[in-house]
Amino acid sequence: MSTEAKSVSWYGVSLAAGDRLAGRAARQFVRNRAAVAGLVVLAVVLILTTVGSAIAPYNPVRVRVADRLRPPSDVHWLGTDQFGRDIFSRILAGARPTFLAAFIAIGLAGVGGTVLGALAGYAGGRVDDVIMRGMDILLAFPGILLALVVITILGTGLVNVMIAVGISLIPVYTRLVRGTMLSARQQDYVVAARAMGCRPSRVLIRHMLPSVWAQVAVLSTTALGWAIIAGSTLNFLGFGVRPPTPEWGADLNAGREYLNAAWWLSTAPGVAIVLVILAVNFVGDGVTEALDPALRRRRAA
Amino acid sequence: MGRFIGRRLISSLPVLLGITALVFLILHLLPGDPAQIMLFGSNATPEQVRALHRDLGLDRPLLVQYADFLWRILHADLGISFITQRRVADEIAIQFPATAALALVTMVVAAGIGLVAGVLGAVYRHTWLDALSTGFSVLGVAVPNFWLSVLLILVFAVHLGWLPALGEGGLRGLILPAASLGWGFSAIITRLCRTNLIEVLTQPYVATAHAKGLPPWAVVGRHALKNALIPVVTLLGLQVGNLLSGAVVVETIFGRQGIGALAVRAILAKDFPLIQGVVLFVALVYVLVNLVVDMAYAMLDPRVHYA
Repeated sequence: MSTEAKSVSWYGVSLAAGDRLAGRAARQFVRNRAAVAGLVVLAVVLILTTVGSAIAPYNPVRVRVADRLRPPSDVHWLGTDQFGRDIFSRILAGARPTFLAAFIAIGLAGVGGTVLGALAGYAGGRVDDVIMRGMDILLAFPGILLALVVITILGTGLVNVMIAVGISLIPVYTRLVRGTMLSARQQDYVVAARAMGCRPSRVLIRHMLPSVWAQVAVLSTTALGWAIIAGSTLNFLGFGVRPPTPEWGADLNAGREYLNAAWWLSTAPGVAIVLVILAVNFVGDGVTEALDPALRRRRAA
Repeated sequence: MGRFIGRRLISSLPVLLGITALVFLILHLLPGDPAQIMLFGSNATPEQVRALHRDLGLDRPLLVQYADFLWRILHADLGISFITQRRVADEIAIQFPATAALALVTMVVAAGIGLVAGVLGAVYRHTWLDALSTGFSVLGVAVPNFWLSVLLILVFAVHLGWLPALGEGGLRGLILPAASLGWGFSAIITRLCRTNLIEVLTQPYVATAHAKGLPPWAVVGRHALKNALIPVVTLLGLQVGNLLSGAVVVETIFGRQGIGALAVRAILAKDFPLIQGVVLFVALVYVLVNLVVDMAYAMLDPRVHYA
């Protein structure tokens, strides 16, 4: 504790302290076995997302009516769908839009929310009021309703799904960043930086924003699971990709009509989604625990 | 208390106004002229478009139009649906009871299950019961309600034939939709309840209660649980929003009546008056529920003083 307190003022030392903190966070993360397992699963899925279409045994959109609705076998590992398309190949190819949508939504929300939250927390007063009342209004549209409003205005399609999910997450980021900024404004090192005559932009970027990153990282890992579910929900409801593009939520919906005859159609994408969400949530818990000392102390108690 | 309620009501007015403004703007943020959008697909002549433009008052300043919009909302006039040609307000009034029933049943059952699972997990910490409770909540958050719905239909309707796959027809038809909607909900309650109770159980006053010889169930039930449940009440209010948006999915899958299914139909058909009405209605319900929850919170927690 005492070494950290000493190291705040001088830049070189504080960097070393930062390294030490990062190392400690990493060690804490590795101790959480579920989080490590989640990270491994996520890494495998992400690799499959990038090279998935290259190693897929079949073309995910090739129609072969003669092979329709075949149960899982050693030829088609997860069976075939109503058009005779190989489901395993569609799962591999469908990972890409699912993840892309979630990551872009998180990126949009992270950037937008950080800018708005930093502005509100730093400027205070009238600016703060306007931004935060705006966020209150957005938060009054629960869950995916806000995303549905955005879809109404922009129209359907995968890109619009990304934007919709991103916008519906912006208020969450804004609130978090603003709160962190408000508490950072009171910190001695920020007051000291201001007293030393730092320009406002320097105080903001150099001294206040760094305390925001850890919080944003923690929120992003938790929000990722939500973004994946929200994105695949919108695809499931038919607001996203158009057939024949493979996407887990959309494929799950398409398989719904064949529940009587072929259970594997909707089961494969469902299992894929749950596996990924579990992995993301485990990683999120691990990151939260590793980066949030207060929580760690509470757990230890 | 009365003053607190009054102030809380007044402070939610800007949000309510903001909601109406955003809903009003939906039609104006769309590319193209609202009159043209409303006549979409009807092969309208330019004269017809102009006539509708004038009838809708679209040539007036935006603020005047908004004031008019507000005035009509206050009179429960949300316009006429394109697809059904009925009043949007009537449409919502017809569909809402089904959603309310679904949400209410889900909430009561799921909150009960979540509470029990959370308490068991906290009291029997580090035992198989705790593992079961944690597993229940971890999986519940990870399984999206749209797949859970499909899975439950597959098992209980298609294979076992115990319950109907389509959710109409009384209580039996409510079981599968409520289960699909409720697992995630009770998972969140389980988790929060367990974490809070574990924390409260470390408090000195709990040790005191044990020391003076109270039976364990009384320590947990009468002393610890009360304090552990305060945050859960807030969560219930916030989760009403998730229930309403979950209803969008579940009602669509089970082919039920309801606000959620109505919203999907309206968006897919580009029925803008209906979309505006449904969105406005859901947001208002959500804000009002949280207003009520805030008041319940103030009554439950004697430490909270609202002067």
